[in-house]
Amino acid sequence: MSSLSRDEVAKLAALARIEMSEAELVNLSSQFGSILDAVARVQELNLEGVKATSHPQPLENIFREDVVAPSLTPDQALSGAPAQEDQRFRVPQILGEAE
Amino acid sequence: MSAALEKGETTSVELTKLHLDRIAAIDPQVKAFLHVDSESALQQAAKVDADRATGKKLGALAGIPLALKDVLAQEGVPTTAGSKILQGWKPPYDSTVVAKLKAAGVVILGKTNMDEFAMGSSTENSGYGPTFNPWDLTRTPGGSSGGSAAAVSAFEAPIAIGSDTGGSIRQPAALTGIVGVRPTYGAVSRYGLIAYSSSLDQAGPFGRTVLDTAMLHEVIAGHDPKDATSINAPVPAVVAAAKSGDVKGLKIGVIKQLQGDGYQTGVLARFNESLDILASLGAQIVQVDCPSFEYALAAYYLIAPSECSSNLARFDAMRYGLRTGETDGASAETVMNATREAGFGREVKRRIILGTYALSSGYYDAYYGSAQKIRTLIIEDYKKAFAQADVLVSPTSPITAFKIGEKSEDPIAMYLADVATIPVNLAGICGMSLPAGLAEEDNLPVGFQIMAPAMQDQRLYQVGAALEAALVSKWGGHLISKAPALGGAK
Repeated sequence: MSSLSRDEVAKLAALARIEMSEAELVNLSSQFGSILDAVARVQELNLEGVKATSHPQPLENIFREDVVAPSLTPDQALSGAPAQEDQRFRVPQILGEAE
Repeated sequence: MSAALEKGETTSVELTKLHLDRIAAIDPQVKAFLHVDSESALQQAAKVDADRATGKKLGALAGIPLALKDVLAQEGVPTTAGSKILQGWKPPYDSTVVAKLKAAGVVILGKTNMDEFAMGSSTENSGYGPTFNPWDLTRTPGGSSGGSAAAVSAFEAPIAIGSDTGGSIRQPAALTGIVGVRPTYGAVSRYGLIAYSSSLDQAGPFGRTVLDTAMLHEVIAGHDPKDATSINAPVPAVVAAAKSGDVKGLKIGVIKQLQGDGYQTGVLARFNESLDILASLGAQIVQVDCPSFEYALAAYYLIAPSECSSNLARFDAMRYGLRTGETDGASAETVMNATREAGFGREVKRRIILGTYALSSGYYDAYYGSAQKIRTLIIEDYKKAFAQADVLVSPTSPITAFKIGEKSEDPIAMYLADVATIPVNLAGICGMSLPAGLAEEDNLPVGFQIMAPAMQDQRLYQVGAALEAALVSKWGGHLISKAPALGGAK
């Protein structure tokens, strides 16, 4: 039986940039064991020598001429912005005081 | 409808009004739509009528109303993917699917409800409340394209667009008694389709008949330079196949692993009855073995969450969508964490955390790496099976429509709803679900799934049309005519 502690879930939530409530952390931790057991079935088979597939199609690079094509205007691009200033996205403070 | 429009027996404005009235009358019960765009729909309809009056040559679906899953961007129209994090967002551009619909003169009625970011099998994970199954309003319509399926099933729209990452078109089609197709991966452009799991996502059509579905398929398919994974090849002749419907001499493979334990008795009974019908029409039924399918569900629930944990990183509260927690001096990271906590629902968070875990160093090989290898084995199983048969078949869903709330507290039980549909997505091939009748024990619709190799989508329609014609003549009408009336006459 797999398990994931409340603290491990908290670490993952921090990595995923989600500030979870205590109740959510505990709830997720209690569900995770059975979910991990279910997905761990992928380890039951001997997969030695089997190639990994990341995509159903053979992908190749696609090139185009470097010419300007019609695209969004600055106003369109900013139309969904939570905040803007001088035709730019306005974001909260990125660097700390000391930096 | 298309013929009546062409002959001038009705107009697009009339048809559109009829559907808008139906939505106004019954959608408070069904809750298929998140946003209805009456004014713009009537404008589009009037334009098609005017074009037709001038004798302009129009496509077969010109003037026909449609319901659009809210996962597709439509310029200037609220697009949320069922998530609070996108509440109120109006895209500044059209997805390629929407652009193609508009170019074909299709009238878009509005945006339909869905599991948040297409993660779910019941539409209960929507940030805006569940959709109800028109066959029984205490049950779910399936998911994640439950809103689109319910809209078509409840006669709120004749056709609809959904998206299918693990069964999200085929499973709700099965649970609401209509036809739904997941086209070959890369056959329909993903440009403007809000991403859940990019190597599995594919938009596709819903209809009440195989031919309607084929006509919509033809409109939305085709190569698109804006999608790097779009296949540059002619669209398979799906409409011609839906009109022919001849299965004489065709080999139909029954997948041993997609039946038996866990499948409802009435589902298996209807499935076997359909097989007998196909055999009586001259098809040859063979049994095929796909041993790795047993591991498909586990592989899917590693691959899809892994891809989603990366795809959903774009919801960072900076460029669009929700922003919250912006107190004095709060850093961008604090705002990001608070916004993602407030904006994402339970299942989305669960999958992001699972994906983050599966991709983290130390676990990567054991989980994500192994899942990718299982994916290879599933593709090989299909290759062997398609060497023995032209199409493969199974029940679409192991069970009929389940009660609202029945599985929402048990993620594993919910995930099992997709056990028969997921292998198609992992292999990037195409699949259809069409109504096979009602399960005897609960009188709810059962779906029959047909699978074909990549870019052989026409085979789905060929077999689907043959089976549909035989079943309709047996029933004396389409299955959907047996659905209970909602809010008055149909």
